[in-house]
Amino acid sequence: MIVLLPILPEILLLALGVLILILDPFLKKDEARRPFLGWFTAVGLLAALTVSLLLARPADDPAFAFGGMVRFDWLGFVFKMFFLFAAAVTALFFMDEEKLNRRAEAYLLLVAAALGMCLMASAADLVMLYLAIETTSIPLYILAGFLRQDDKSTEAGFKYLLFGALTSAVLLYGFSLIYGLTGKTGLYELGVYFNNFNLIAMGITFLVLAGLAFKVSLFPFHFWAPDVYEGAPTPVAGFLSTVSKAAGFAVLARLFAVVFVWVSDDWSLILAILATLTMTVGNLIALAQKNIKRLLAYSSIAHAGYALVGVVAFYGLGLPSVVFYLIAYVLTNLLAFGIVAVVGRVTGSDEFPAYYGLSRRSAGLGLAALVAFLSLSGMPPFAGFVAKVFVFVAAVESGWVWLAIVGVLNSIVGLYYYLNVLKYMYLYRMENQDEDQHPVPVSRPVAVALIVLVAGILLLGTLFGPWFGLATYAAAALF
Amino acid sequence: MEFILDHILTLILFFPVLAAVVVLLLPKDNLKAIRWTALGMSIVPFLLSIYLWTQFQAGQAGFQFEEQYTWYAMLNSTFHVGVDGLSLTMVLLTALLTPVALLASFSVADRVKAYMFLFLLLETGMLGVFMALDLLIFFVFWEVGLVPMYFLINQWGSEKGERELWKGVKIQARNYASLKFIIYTMAGSLGLLLAIQLLGVLFKTYDLPTLTAQWTALTEGTILNVPVATVKAVAFWAFVVAFAVKVPVWPFHTWLPDAHTEAPTAGSMILAGVLLKLGAYGFLRLVLPLYPAESAKYAGALAFLAVMAIVFGAFASYGQKDFKRLVAYSSVNHMGFVLLGIAAAAKASGTLDATIALNGAVLQMFNHGLSAAGMFFLVGVLYERTHTRNLDDFGGLFPLVPVYGGILIFTSMASLGLPGLNGFVSEFLVVRGSWPILTVYTAIAMIGLLFTGAYILKGIKQVLHGPLNEHWAKGEHKLTEINLREIVVMAPLMALILVIGVYPAWILDVINKAMMMLFH
Amino acid sequence: MQFPFLSVIVFTPLAAALIILVYKPEWKKAIRWTALAAGLFALMLSAWVYISYDKSAAGYQFVEKYDWMPMLGISLHFGVDGMSAPLVLLTGVVMVTGVMISWGVEDRPREFFAFLFILASGVFGVFASLDLFMLFFFYEIAVFPMYLLIAIWGWIKTREYAAMKLTLYLFVGSVISLIGALVMYFTSGQHTFNMLALETAKFTPEFQKTWFLPVFLGFAILGGIFPFHNWSPDGHVAAPTAVSMFHAGVLMKLGAFAALRVGIMLLPEGAKFWAPLIMGLALVNIVYGAFIASVQTDFKYVIGFSSVSHMGLVAMGFATLNADGMIGAGVQMFSHGVMTALFFAVVGMVYDRAHTRDIPKLGGMIKPLPLAGIGLIVGSLVSMGMPGFSGFVAEFPIFRGIWSTHLWWMAIVGAISIVVTAAYVLRVVLKVFFGKMPEEFEHHIPPINWLDKTALILLMAFMIGIGLFPALMVPWVESGVQHILALLGGA
Repeated sequence: MIVLLPILPEILLLALGVLILILDPFLKKDEARRPFLGWFTAVGLLAALTVSLLLARPADDPAFAFGGMVRFDWLGFVFKMFFLFAAAVTALFFMDEEKLNRRAEAYLLLVAAALGMCLMASAADLVMLYLAIETTSIPLYILAGFLRQDDKSTEAGFKYLLFGALTSAVLLYGFSLIYGLTGKTGLYELGVYFNNFNLIAMGITFLVLAGLAFKVSLFPFHFWAPDVYEGAPTPVAGFLSTVSKAAGFAVLARLFAVVFVWVSDDWSLILAILATLTMTVGNLIALAQKNIKRLLAYSSIAHAGYALVGVVAFYGLGLPSVVFYLIAYVLTNLLAFGIVAVVGRVTGSDEFPAYYGLSRRSAGLGLAALVAFLSLSGMPPFAGFVAKVFVFVAAVESGWVWLAIVGVLNSIVGLYYYLNVLKYMYLYRMENQDEDQHPVPVSRPVAVALIVLVAGILLLGTLFGPWFGLATYAAAALF
Repeated sequence: MEFILDHILTLILFFPVLAAVVVLLLPKDNLKAIRWTALGMSIVPFLLSIYLWTQFQAGQAGFQFEEQYTWYAMLNSTFHVGVDGLSLTMVLLTALLTPVALLASFSVADRVKAYMFLFLLLETGMLGVFMALDLLIFFVFWEVGLVPMYFLINQWGSEKGERELWKGVKIQARNYASLKFIIYTMAGSLGLLLAIQLLGVLFKTYDLPTLTAQWTALTEGTILNVPVATVKAVAFWAFVVAFAVKVPVWPFHTWLPDAHTEAPTAGSMILAGVLLKLGAYGFLRLVLPLYPAESAKYAGALAFLAVMAIVFGAFASYGQKDFKRLVAYSSVNHMGFVLLGIAAAAKASGTLDATIALNGAVLQMFNHGLSAAGMFFLVGVLYERTHTRNLDDFGGLFPLVPVYGGILIFTSMASLGLPGLNGFVSEFLVVRGSWPILTVYTAIAMIGLLFTGAYILKGIKQVLHGPLNEHWAKGEHKLTEINLREIVVMAPLMALILVIGVYPAWILDVINKAMMMLFH
Repeated sequence: MQFPFLSVIVFTPLAAALIILVYKPEWKKAIRWTALAAGLFALMLSAWVYISYDKSAAGYQFVEKYDWMPMLGISLHFGVDGMSAPLVLLTGVVMVTGVMISWGVEDRPREFFAFLFILASGVFGVFASLDLFMLFFFYEIAVFPMYLLIAIWGWIKTREYAAMKLTLYLFVGSVISLIGALVMYFTSGQHTFNMLALETAKFTPEFQKTWFLPVFLGFAILGGIFPFHNWSPDGHVAAPTAVSMFHAGVLMKLGAFAALRVGIMLLPEGAKFWAPLIMGLALVNIVYGAFIASVQTDFKYVIGFSSVSHMGLVAMGFATLNADGMIGAGVQMFSHGVMTALFFAVVGMVYDRAHTRDIPKLGGMIKPLPLAGIGLIVGSLVSMGMPGFSGFVAEFPIFRGIWSTHLWWMAIVGAISIVVTAAYVLRVVLKVFFGKMPEEFEHHIPPINWLDKTALILLMAFMIGIGLFPALMVPWVESGVQHILALLGGA
């Protein structure tokens, strides 16, 4: 049993997946009870979360397991717990999507993707890492294209697949070069080969960075995101834009911490420029959007840029701030996509006019949107504020004052378009000003998910001390 | 009794506020109660100030009945009040004119409560200026008095007429007048305010006696990198302008005819009777003691302004067609004599001639208070009946209203300076005192005096004599005689005019001793 | 353990906001009464804090400190000094009167009061915070509800534009200050956001000179300093009445206060270096604001620009860096707060009834709305610095403070604004309340209700009370200024 502890969450996920498959045929005939699948998945994920929290906490000293394939440390563990949580929330959102909620495959793919992400967070070996990435990606390709009757969804799935496959190949190429040069695959053994600058190391770094930049949609590998988010079923897009990105950052952080050490030391200027471009491009293009999912897509690109600011700072508060940022971002963006999903289901549109008068149509949803968008724009007392401030704190601490200034200027641009969205919801009216006649009902699973997320955002935004402590603890375990 | 004597100044000062609050609490519709309460309660400060007069030790130097309380500790400004002969005279004048003016206002029917309320506040504002021994408190009351007057003019002023403000924007004449009044005075006070601030920064106190001693002692060195002499000269003119606007001295006088014309009768009475004295009082209380050297230096300029006021005031008055404007310009003319006396005293401070001129100036302040108030009231009486002030509309009214005519002639004569009435005494003293000091200016002023006679006689002639305007003789426009209330208003004024004219010693004694002590 | 007055004050509005959000939207009465009750509760507590503040002991009192994030040295650290105690009281007053004036809000009152109270919590938090991080936290909380309040309940013609402009201006300012604050945090080497500790950090003069300007101006934007004042009149005009009251009454003080606390108190050397510039900008505020106000024809724009002018006096007072100026500025913050709250309340009352704010179209309002007229008159007198009212008590020391600096000529220039102010406020009073009432308004102007009256009387009482008895407020501010002067090197 002890041997399996490091991958207990993954095992539980696997078991959950199997259970879903078993359960599926039993519910086939009984349409009324199909929603049970969603509850089952969500509760199962939460159960896995609880069990892991109770039983599978890593020791203070990190340990390798399975021949160095995975590293049993707090960083991986913290990320895993949040992945499970986010997956559970996403499962609840799935239940509201007609095309998804009766299909066991959808839940299964979700669980499988979560499983891959968990492995990403703790992988300590190139082979394991690559496998984990693919385990994550393939279910997500399918989920993105899940609505086969919908051209946009099909397009999204296909696009995602093509881009993903290409960058996976690049990544794999980088990995193979590493192996070829060093003969090693263990991440923690590779550091010595990359502790100073040379041309080959630079080339390899580029390849690996490109592969991961795709996952977290950094500039200039961000083009896929808006199209995919727009086409994919909204809950899937939410999952893609949050958890998948966080997993990418987890890998990025680990690689920079232990493999490409010189990058984090000498090349931080390049990263800083990358962060600047990512933030700026994401924000500026977001300004011009008329579709809320595309807006969120560009905004999530910008957020990747903010998180990268923390990566630039790296030492000291750098990594903790990244971890904290990701946690906050995952909660916030999930909430935003959850709201988009609800509105999209009721109005059948993701364009801005669909949001006119939302606060009159459903006051609760309006308030949830308020929390989500203000948190995205970095206003207290929501998680986004503290997260952003900590990233900037880290930047200033490492002497990156100009980067922090770029960051805050960007967040002003962000504020502008987020507030515009709120304006549509609160200020604009429906065409005939008859909001009373057009309520936006919120189903129970979604309501539960939204409330949990709102509470989480507020919790993170006010009692941020312990959470940041956790992030610090996790980041410290990396080295 | 002891309490009253210990706090007599604050009692006099704040009793009108109490009265105002009481008035405010009365029912809005009970006009009778409001009027009588206001009048009744305003008599209390008058009685108190008579009592104050009797208790005042004229021969004793310095200020008496002083009271001092913390007010604005951080600025070292205290609520410090006290009176000497100069301020006592003015307090008496104010306390007398207020009930008189209130009685005169019984004919006001519109928003009586607010009217009485403001009027009583106005009294406190004026009394405060005369009593203040702290420069900041002085300024506080100086400015506070503006507000009620402003509203009295623009709310209860004459409703007719329009004036162009700028670029074709027209506003009611009373609004124009009141705005001009307050803006002129406030703008004039700006320099004063700034100078007061500077003094406070320099000496960390606003106590007048202390300030006077320290400021006059300061003659060398620099202030803010500017030589003391320059600073003092600038500050001197800042003070002078502030007070000159109020007096008003030519060429700052243009607000006055407008304000008087538009103000309600009682407002004009107080305006001419007391408010103008504030300016002259400022010269005597602040300018001369604080800037003896500068005053002497610029006395010629002051005298020039004074003479201009006398001459132009007289000419302008003569040229008026509006009875009230005529009286208004006469104020400019009369106040010119006050300033002339002050200028003479400034030039030759400490001499006997100077003291005589000062005595004349202060007495002229008091006298003008009586006669101008009376004149404005009489104009008001006529206006209430005829609704016109145009001199051409009158004529030959004496037979219709003999009592009114008598009173008018009596008051006019006081204003003209007929020997035996009060105006003569004070003008004589001023001229007598100024002659040796400022001979040329005084000589020119004497010519102005000639025209004083001319315009007053013109006024009387146009109203009372000449061919009768039949319009007022019968029918609905028939002019009615002055009524008992109006006579009661005039009675104390006329009595004092006569008493001072015949036996000025009782008041001159107090003034003279004060002047001796102040300027020796 | 003393009763935690300040945290209760800070979190009362927030709690009320949450309670209100739980109500059903239809429970309008309950929403209003809850709001009023919470407001009164907060006012009572803040009055208690004000009254029981020990002036002779000075320093920070009612201090509470809870470790919030020890790792970074962040704590929930509350305390008031003589500078902030009046402002806490002011916030309480404006909050209560704001609720009273907004009784008639019919469109989504639930959200309205909730947002307003979140705002109030933020404001209380800034005034009470002794922790730099928490100060920012509350500062931002105070800014964002503004957007919603203006955009949703504001004046339909300009609300979108104005709300966005305002939010962006303020946000830019605050984040620039934030960067400065973070640099201070790391440069101090103390790893604490505790401002009491940072006050003793002894930053190098070069550092202070570099960072003072961004930090000070960043906050001063909210204080309406020239040339960054542009958002404020637009914002005021577009905002609904209670929000204008809050905005001009309290929020602008927030900027000035934060600029003082973070800019001048933590970077005194920088303040000394840049003071002439700040004074210059403030002078422009004072004079330019007054002139612009005098040519406005929109009632609310007049008041909006007058705020620019008056807040210039606050900045001016702070920039003199001497006791006179700072005390004056401290009192001016309170005085202007109640005054402008009153102004906007009156404007709101008139607008609600006449449906126009165009001054030439108004007139004769004194008959139907006598108390509002008296309120406006009192406010005008305060505004022109008439002695006997709080404006004089505040402005006089400020001008004295200017005289004590080597830029004394600014006092002379600045004084022009007094006359200009007198001219335009009186013009407005005359026209709106005493001019001839246009016929369409005859008998169509309903009187104000008792809540409005109570609010007006409360506000007037403060202005007259402090004007007649400066001792009711000046000693408090004075005790706070002593500490600032000590930081400035006993100047």
